[in-house]
Amino acid sequence: MMKQFGYNSLKSRTIDYKNINTTLISYIIKNEPSFSSCISCGSCTATCSAANLTFFNIRRLNIQIRLGEFENIRQEIDKCMLCGKCLLVCPRGINTRNVIMLIKKGLVTFNLVE
Amino acid sequence: MIDVLIIGGGIAGIETACSLQELGLETLVLEKEKQIGGHLNNWDTLFPTKRSASEILEYYAEQIRKKSITIYLNTTVTSIRKQDDGSFEVHTSREVSFKSKTVVMAHGFSLFNAQRKEEYGYKIYENVITSADLEQTFKQNNDVFVNPMGKIPERVAFIHCVGSRDEKSGNHYCSKVCCITAVKQAIKVKQLSPQTQVFCFYMDLRLYGRGFEEMYREAQEKWGVQFIRGRLSEVAENIDGSLQLKAEDTLAARPFKMSVDMLVLMVGFEANKSTALFHNSCGVACSESRFIQPRHHHLSANATNIDGLFTAGTSIAPLSVFDTLNHAKAAAFAIHSYITK
Repeated sequence: MMKQFGYNSLKSRTIDYKNINTTLISYIIKNEPSFSSCISCGSCTATCSAANLTFFNIRRLNIQIRLGEFENIRQEIDKCMLCGKCLLVCPRGINTRNVIMLIKKGLVTFNLVE
Repeated sequence: MIDVLIIGGGIAGIETACSLQELGLETLVLEKEKQIGGHLNNWDTLFPTKRSASEILEYYAEQIRKKSITIYLNTTVTSIRKQDDGSFEVHTSREVSFKSKTVVMAHGFSLFNAQRKEEYGYKIYENVITSADLEQTFKQNNDVFVNPMGKIPERVAFIHCVGSRDEKSGNHYCSKVCCITAVKQAIKVKQLSPQTQVFCFYMDLRLYGRGFEEMYREAQEKWGVQFIRGRLSEVAENIDGSLQLKAEDTLAARPFKMSVDMLVLMVGFEANKSTALFHNSCGVACSESRFIQPRHHHLSANATNIDGLFTAGTSIAPLSVFDTLNHAKAAAFAIHSYITK
């Protein structure tokens, strides 16, 4: 009955914290524990050479990965040129370059790419 | 032998001395500068009341006269030594030493040196100043507001957390008072120069104290101060002396550039250099933040790991004037019960 009115045509936008895919975030934090201390200040994105020209946003990647959302991540991550400026400005001392490398490895290792 | 020797004639030391005098103990205050009052001498107004800092200093000057408190100016303490009988010997730069039953470390804090954040351009670009510099400007001139180049600024930006919550500066802690100071100073700028646009760049806004949130609302509603959630990553100077800021508006999830005529860096607290000196000479325990470690955070916030050695004010952590005075009053009670027990 509900289907006739189109109620299941949209995926729910609500975040379901109970059923999050934590594979990638666990893998990153295990190998780069500093990643868990991110406070989303945006220094990394502000200084990022790629972010000035593309939609690449390293701060938002953190949130996406925490929520277990991997759509577009593969394409996004390839925009990073590994220049390491983000690493210099991070107030929490996160090794962001290593995080990028771990995302790349993790996506392949756990077969998370569509 | 003196009952209590107080190191530092800032508001913490003076308040401790005044309270102890009322409790009937003999005190001596040592101050390294040529006047009492410490950092408050360089401050224009206090949050959240916008009351003049000099009113507080005048009050204490009056108390010192009334209670005939002894203060030695231009006297720097070089070391504290605990004696076998439990008393202390305190050595100074004036080649005199003092013996006392107890010592209070009320030597306060140092302001973060903004030149250490080189990417923010302090002392490199003319129009970059610190919150302390701005306070001086307000103190000297309360009619017009101009940037260091003498121009009425179209846009001013305040940068929160300079030297605080920053791994790269070696300071993990929050300095507590900078958020509300930025709000206070932003309001003052708008009062002096209503046509100036004012922006505050923050990572988190920590307006924890009585009257702070109200002041924040006043800044938004009455003065139109704009708060942007993003941390400044670098500054460059334009040919006309204005400054190009790079940050991310994290709520819009987009990096942006902005040009301002003046940049104010909200510098945080650091442990005073004397703290390390005292740590070396008498073994007083310090925390990871390099401030003095209280014996018990809740129950003995004035005592240290050494019997008879106490703290008052910002020698233990960044504190507001409100918290400093309360901590100093508590120090007097702690010392009184230590001496009379």
